[in-house]
Amino acid sequence: MKIIGWGLPALFGALGLIFPLSAAAEWQVNLGPGVTEISRAVYDLHMTIFWVCVAIGAVVFGVMLYSIVHHRKSRGAKAHNFHENTLVEIIWTVVPFVILVGMAVPATATLIKMYDQSEAELDIQVTGYQWKWRYQYLGEDIDFFSSLSTPREQISNDETKGEHYLLEVDNAMVIPAGKKVRLLLTANDVIHSWWVPDLAVKKDAIPGFINEAWTIAPEPGIYRGQCAELCGKDHGFMPIVVDVRSEEDFNQWLVEMKQAKAQASDAATKNWTLAELMAKGEEVYNRACAACHQPNGEGIPGAFPALKGSPMMVGDPAAHIDVVLNGKSGTAMQAFRDQLSAVELAAVITYERNAWGNTTGDLVSPAQINTLKQ
Amino acid sequence: MGTLEQTVETEVHHGPARGITRWLYTTNHKDIGSMYLWFSLLMFLLGGCMALTIRAELFQPGLQLMEPNFFNQMTTMHGLIMVFGAVMPAFVGLANWMVPMMIGAPDMALPRMNNWSFWILPFAFCMMVATLFMEGGAPNFGWTFYAPLSTTYAPPSVTFFIFAVHMMGISSIMGAINIIATILNLRAPGMTMMKLPLFVWTWLITAFLLIAVMPVLAGVVTMMLMDIHFGTSFFNAAGGGDPVLFQHVFWFFGHPEVYIMILPAFGIVSQIIPTFARKKLFGYASMVYATASIAFLAFIVWAHHMFTVGMPLAGELFFMYATMLIAVPTGVKVFNWVATMFRGSMTFETPMLFALAFVVLFTIGGFSGLMLAIAPADFQYHDTYFVVAHFHYVLVPGAIFSIVAAVYYWLPKWTGNMYNETMGRWHFWLSFIGVNVTFFPMHFVGLAGMPRRIPDYALQFADFNAVASVGAFMFGLSQLLLVYNVVQCIRVKRPATAEVWEGAEGLEWTVPSPAPYHTFAQPPLVK
Repeated sequence: MKIIGWGLPALFGALGLIFPLSAAAEWQVNLGPGVTEISRAVYDLHMTIFWVCVAIGAVVFGVMLYSIVHHRKSRGAKAHNFHENTLVEIIWTVVPFVILVGMAVPATATLIKMYDQSEAELDIQVTGYQWKWRYQYLGEDIDFFSSLSTPREQISNDETKGEHYLLEVDNAMVIPAGKKVRLLLTANDVIHSWWVPDLAVKKDAIPGFINEAWTIAPEPGIYRGQCAELCGKDHGFMPIVVDVRSEEDFNQWLVEMKQAKAQASDAATKNWTLAELMAKGEEVYNRACAACHQPNGEGIPGAFPALKGSPMMVGDPAAHIDVVLNGKSGTAMQAFRDQLSAVELAAVITYERNAWGNTTGDLVSPAQINTLKQ
Repeated sequence: MGTLEQTVETEVHHGPARGITRWLYTTNHKDIGSMYLWFSLLMFLLGGCMALTIRAELFQPGLQLMEPNFFNQMTTMHGLIMVFGAVMPAFVGLANWMVPMMIGAPDMALPRMNNWSFWILPFAFCMMVATLFMEGGAPNFGWTFYAPLSTTYAPPSVTFFIFAVHMMGISSIMGAINIIATILNLRAPGMTMMKLPLFVWTWLITAFLLIAVMPVLAGVVTMMLMDIHFGTSFFNAAGGGDPVLFQHVFWFFGHPEVYIMILPAFGIVSQIIPTFARKKLFGYASMVYATASIAFLAFIVWAHHMFTVGMPLAGELFFMYATMLIAVPTGVKVFNWVATMFRGSMTFETPMLFALAFVVLFTIGGFSGLMLAIAPADFQYHDTYFVVAHFHYVLVPGAIFSIVAAVYYWLPKWTGNMYNETMGRWHFWLSFIGVNVTFFPMHFVGLAGMPRRIPDYALQFADFNAVASVGAFMFGLSQLLLVYNVVQCIRVKRPATAEVWEGAEGLEWTVPSPAPYHTFAQPPLVK
């Protein structure tokens, strides 16, 4: 009995000592201060309220511990009789209230700063999709999707995980350093939430509505974040990467993006063979479709339909193309019209009609898609 | 009046019916209380298995044991089962057993409705658990079921989920009506409102909260049902609706709901601490007023769950200030408990150990709650493991520890036997260590940037997740000791006195142990 009474608390105390002591690099225990003026203000608020809590905790738990040690029956303590004291009760109502007012003042000031709606130098519309982000640079004719680039094999533990496991994307959102960038957030399907801790920006992306957030990242660098609102199956697999570049590098990037776009439309006019489209199609399928319909085309019964042997895949190509381009309303099937280029669309549809034992022999050409897209 | 007393008089002399009909047809508050408690224990173990499934997947980065979709079903079902199946029925069970005995009433005011309130629950939960075996799987949109993920994009089983929620709501509302009717009408002569034991007071206030918000929950799931099956667009922006409306309605239910799960816990702790400190509760009146203030504030703080949805500045400020205000009455309660211990004559039997752990760990959960109230800081905490740590600190070592404390405290009264004190202490210390090893590291990974409800995570979160998983299995397995202790207490004869505890005060300790099938057929006189 004595051993149980004291041995276990001692063990717990020991555990408490071991964990904080080994708090090295990976054992991050606190919020990071971030890189923007706002994120530092938030960090200061966080630390202030934390120390306020520690101070109150020290007093309350101190008195409690003192009572537990000194006012125990086994030490012969006799119970006193008091059970109310108006003055004390008023004090411990008023003092916390005053502390809270003291906390509310800086919190209000920071919040007002965050809600500053003055004009920005760059506006980006950010749209959440199941399970990727779309960035449209308003007035710049730049529009691309950003999805997880961690290979499947790393997630299924067949390969060693890389340094930025689950926090890496194919196309990062690139913004200029030192300039005010406004994000206009919305969503295509369900609610997502765009969060980059280093910028202290977290705002929900809600279908049918536009939310506003802004940031000024003072230094070039790569900042990583994740979707913060449960948005379905792959909620854990839609990271955000913000690539902050100097103004010069950012302008260079704008030029490159526009050139790449021109090249892509050239590719659509080329004559593609079935083999070429199949090869390209498999790659696109695994990137854009396999999360739901599965790499083997069998889908997930009750949630996502199988494509293998599906009447749509082996029947009239027009219906198939229509669903891929325009999605199916009321279901998780998205419209891929803007998500994929004409070549990618043609390739993936061709692939679906000729893979996993679907043997239509149909070839859907990029030119065909381009006609439909107009 | 005369006929009522005669009926009571004649019933005193016969005991419970035999066999299964005793449980099916019973109108006895003690039988129904026991059924509620066994049911909630079963749900606690089931929900706990789901939690361990989650923690097993999160032990290491990468997907090891399950697909993300199944992981989401586990987080959803774990939350729903723990909230509606474990914590709420346990408190109703305790109220059934103890409220009549504490106010000197012969039974609950509406005994047949009492039977019905309980017997709805097993059917509701069978239906909810059955969704796991349906095509498309169980609900996978989190226990907060935000639209449109829970409407347009939900698996077909969502309709069964909606019906199950309706049934639970009916059960809770009837239970609440019964408790209010009992407390307001069946108090023994001399038992004025300001003499009510605090457990009774907190339950009275909780019952009003239940009646106020369970219909709101029923409303929101009905709106979902209409959106899914009848072509309305309450939450569908494409049809002119608003997905954020869902969150406002849900949290108008949801915030009072979290107090429904903690106010009776305050009541329990306010019974136990004076008993083992052998000293009257400090500040009885202020405890009552603090509880009422918390209940009032519960209705005007809901949008602090929604700081990131893009509310106007004035809205953010209002909900931030109102939320911070809750710290005042909650602080009063904690100070009162500590002042009750101060200059008492304390002993540390199992119920007291759990009650003391409640005070410390609930307060830690309160501190993280205060941090979350600061809207600009909440932008960093929102939907991370910091929030998971916060609400598990108030619910596990909060609500659950208080329920366990209550069970050890009143078990001798229920069974007539003392439980095994050594085993009780083992249960306490293993739970206490387990709960902290599980949930404390979650503060760290949350602050370091790990979102909640993800089946896989970046490598920098790996170490603390492994620690949390080890703690979870330790905590989970040690709950088998609770089952063992309760069963032993029923089986092993170790007769308890009527008073059971040296410092115990209240009407429930004036009846013999075990409490006879019918108590207070003649109302006691309270001085």
